[in-house]
Amino acid sequence: MTVAVRSKSAYKKSNVDFFLSFIKVLLVLMVSVGLLAFIAQQIDPNNPFAEWRNEGATRLGWPALKGLLIAGTIQGFMYGLIALGYSMVYGVLGFINFAHGEVFMVGGMSGWIVSEKLFETGLWEDAFLLALILVILVSIGVSTLTAVIIERVAYRPLRGSPRLIPLITSIGVSFFLQYTVSLLLGPASKSFPVLPEWLTKDRTPLDISGTQIMVLVVAIVSMAGLWYYVENTKTGKAMRAVAEDKEIAALMGIDVDKTIVRTFAIGGAMAGVAGIMWGLLFKSLIFTSGFLPGIKAFTAAVVGGVGNLGGAMAGGLSLGVAESTAPLVLLEPLGIPGVSQLKDAVAFVLLISVLLFKPTGLFGERLSDDERA
Amino acid sequence: MSELMNDSSSLPAPPPWSFDPRRLGRLGGLAGLTMAFICLIGMPVKIDTVPLIERVLSRGYTSLVWVPVVFGFIVASQVVLEGMQARKRGLGDIIDGTVVGGIGGFLVGLLAWLINNYDIRDPLINWSPALYDFLSFSKGTGFAFFIWTALGLGLGAVGAGLQVLPTAYRRIATWPAIAIVSVSVLEAAFSDLLENLKLEFVADAIYAKQRGVTVKGAIILAVLAAIVAFGRDRVKTVVASANANGTVLPGAALLNNVAASTRKKISTTLGVVAIFVVPLFLGRIMHELLANVGLFILLALGLNVVVGLAGILDLGYVAFFAVGGYTTAVLTSPFAPWWTPELPWFVSLIFVMIVAALVGLIIGAPVIRMRGDYLAIVTLGFGEIIRLLFLSDWLSPYFGGAQGITNIPGVEIGVTTIKGTDPRAVFYLVMVFCIVAIYASWRLENSRLGRAWMAIREDESVAEAMGINTVNAKLAAFVTGAVLASFSGAIFAAKAGSIFPGSFKILVSVILLVVVIVGGMGRIAGVMVGAAVLIGVLGGPSQPGLLQEFGEYKLLVYGVLLVLMMLKRPEGLLPNVRRSRELHGDELTQDVWIKAQIEMDEEDNSATTEGEVAPA
Repeated sequence: MTVAVRSKSAYKKSNVDFFLSFIKVLLVLMVSVGLLAFIAQQIDPNNPFAEWRNEGATRLGWPALKGLLIAGTIQGFMYGLIALGYSMVYGVLGFINFAHGEVFMVGGMSGWIVSEKLFETGLWEDAFLLALILVILVSIGVSTLTAVIIERVAYRPLRGSPRLIPLITSIGVSFFLQYTVSLLLGPASKSFPVLPEWLTKDRTPLDISGTQIMVLVVAIVSMAGLWYYVENTKTGKAMRAVAEDKEIAALMGIDVDKTIVRTFAIGGAMAGVAGIMWGLLFKSLIFTSGFLPGIKAFTAAVVGGVGNLGGAMAGGLSLGVAESTAPLVLLEPLGIPGVSQLKDAVAFVLLISVLLFKPTGLFGERLSDDERA
Repeated sequence: MSELMNDSSSLPAPPPWSFDPRRLGRLGGLAGLTMAFICLIGMPVKIDTVPLIERVLSRGYTSLVWVPVVFGFIVASQVVLEGMQARKRGLGDIIDGTVVGGIGGFLVGLLAWLINNYDIRDPLINWSPALYDFLSFSKGTGFAFFIWTALGLGLGAVGAGLQVLPTAYRRIATWPAIAIVSVSVLEAAFSDLLENLKLEFVADAIYAKQRGVTVKGAIILAVLAAIVAFGRDRVKTVVASANANGTVLPGAALLNNVAASTRKKISTTLGVVAIFVVPLFLGRIMHELLANVGLFILLALGLNVVVGLAGILDLGYVAFFAVGGYTTAVLTSPFAPWWTPELPWFVSLIFVMIVAALVGLIIGAPVIRMRGDYLAIVTLGFGEIIRLLFLSDWLSPYFGGAQGITNIPGVEIGVTTIKGTDPRAVFYLVMVFCIVAIYASWRLENSRLGRAWMAIREDESVAEAMGINTVNAKLAAFVTGAVLASFSGAIFAAKAGSIFPGSFKILVSVILLVVVIVGGMGRIAGVMVGAAVLIGVLGGPSQPGLLQEFGEYKLLVYGVLLVLMMLKRPEGLLPNVRRSRELHGDELTQDVWIKAQIEMDEEDNSATTEGEVAPA
């Protein structure tokens, strides 16, 4: 807010402003040079750019790029699902629920336990769809419950305190959940039972594997459901009202506490869906699996504009695609070796650049004035 | 608040004690769940190898038996509403505590029965026969039910009893327990110290051969602690009554002549002397521990400037630690992959400071204008980016990638070199830097800049309106913190002799945050005590503490501590006065308001009684 006011007034530019402009120019330059180098490389491998690219670089053809785009989109859908929870909670309570990534992990882990048990009984192979629905339901149930309990125990007593206090609390909750899972279930990585072959094989025309299609379908269905719920039901309306202004909503006869619990529950349910999909797609989970996806999903929420559900989705997609393509498209042509190690760094750089260029996100924030302060 | 309660006798009487089965059931269930949780994360079985008191109580059982006491204590506590009188506590509360403890204990018995009859060891790795044997004392399920219910009943009553007792007596009851537990936890340090002081007979009297306190030692300790608690209470009452009667006690004149500030100076000096003298009488393992604790104290002091004074939640603080370590490694090690100037450590320190300050500026400039929570997550991102860069193949020709940089020489001081092989020297070196850090943060706190920081912490917009250049002030905090962290990194590099990206995980930042918050944000003594206790006893991210067997659980405990502190005491255990006023400002205003309301009511009442006729 202060920044916006300042830039309109006759505010004297400080060194910090110059430095920020410098960083912005640098970022734009890097992206455009990388893109140019990539395009030049596609046209002719022996172009002047290619002379200073590194020797071991893989020349990225269309099939590889397509694969990256698809993988990125799928990943992006999962980020989007997690980001919805962050975005809704930020919209309503105005703090970053760090523990949301762990809710995602807990959902995936409970899905793992059930699928393991179903595999032992043979239902996993005999009636896969039934088993899958069961597993998804259990994941949703457990992660919803986790989110609601966290709200009740850790966040409700802190309502109204300075915004950094619930944030710090949520870091504690996040640690607690991580190490609880590690100590209860053991620190080893958990592998999911093998999926049936009809599901995993690649499908023409786009060479998408059946698992990816499944993730896509489940993600789109849950998002559509959420969209309907928030936009068209009375509870959804109450949620939007509470996000706008808690006190006025209470005066209008809305039970604020209940609405906040529902917000957490829905965020948790979405995280549960994402958790089990993540587990099935990457075939394994570990107790730290929730941390990085959680932070990245927050990045997605910021990219799309916090509090904006469509924005969270779009942000997730763009983050997923950026993360999977940027290392090979932008960085490798610049002559950087081992670019896949920098995948996580790309996400953070995206976060920083969005906050530098457009702090309200691509699609604008939907927050009440209190939360924006 | 208590003052308010006492002097207004016209307050409505509180409701009498009543039996509330739902509340008791809920708390009892929670007690049982807590104990079941502790069992299922495997803590009791894992740490059962070490006794707390020889042949009487093992650490494993200690990890469970505190639960009914605490829940009994909680159930007997009461919420005194504003404007209400506190209810007299009595037998009813003890019954409550007994019931709650009993329910909890019964649930533990139930857990033992479940373990015996169902096998779900597949997902829950600690659902084991070992746990069953532990819970049933290898005597069958019936015994487990009996013993845990009985224990729960008894301990719940004890907990509630502690709540019912007046504060002075409560202290006499709790201090012995605290004394025994802490002496047992500090066993490694104490026995080492006593041995080097040639006081082995004391150590032999207190500690058993198989670790743990001896029964005799425990009794002596308990009696001593009780006497101290009693004595302290007596002295206080005597002084208070003497003050009330106006009589002058012998010796009081002497005490009064010494001003409070002088007394504070004396105690600080004693503390500093103890920090420097005690390590002379410790063994190698303790020196190693102390050196680690020292490094974390230095880091925590730096983070205290950023988080505690300026209120900037920096979750990527480890980045500056890493920058300090890597700069030292590149400048001093002959094995650095890219450029080997092989400078002496102290010369490299100058460059370390410059580099850290620059990195602080570069990271700080983009984030400083973001709102607090965005800033937190972006700094976390920067912390991770820096680690990823040090780890990447891209920069491995400069910083060694995953192989790191090895053969970092120690710190050369004239004749000797301080290295990791002599942790005591490292400890002293760290302490010297801590003194620099303490002096810097103390002087800064009372400077114009420090007051600007505190103003920003309290309300940024108001601070800006008062003419503070918030951007510059916050950047200054960031850079100060960065330089202090880089000192720690430089010493860490010299101590370890080699440096790897794995030492600079996000975990370090989070643990430092816990240390600063538990100790008390913005207060130097609090932060130091927090670092010493948490890192010393529980251990750092990869450094073991005194409770080595407890290592697996320390991160869980850090998480729980963070949540509990935020919920119950966000200002920390040794709080900064101004900080705690900021956090509890609303409550203070509320108290004042209620006091005024009550006074107004009283005036109204007296007015109506005087007038005899009450206007409608």
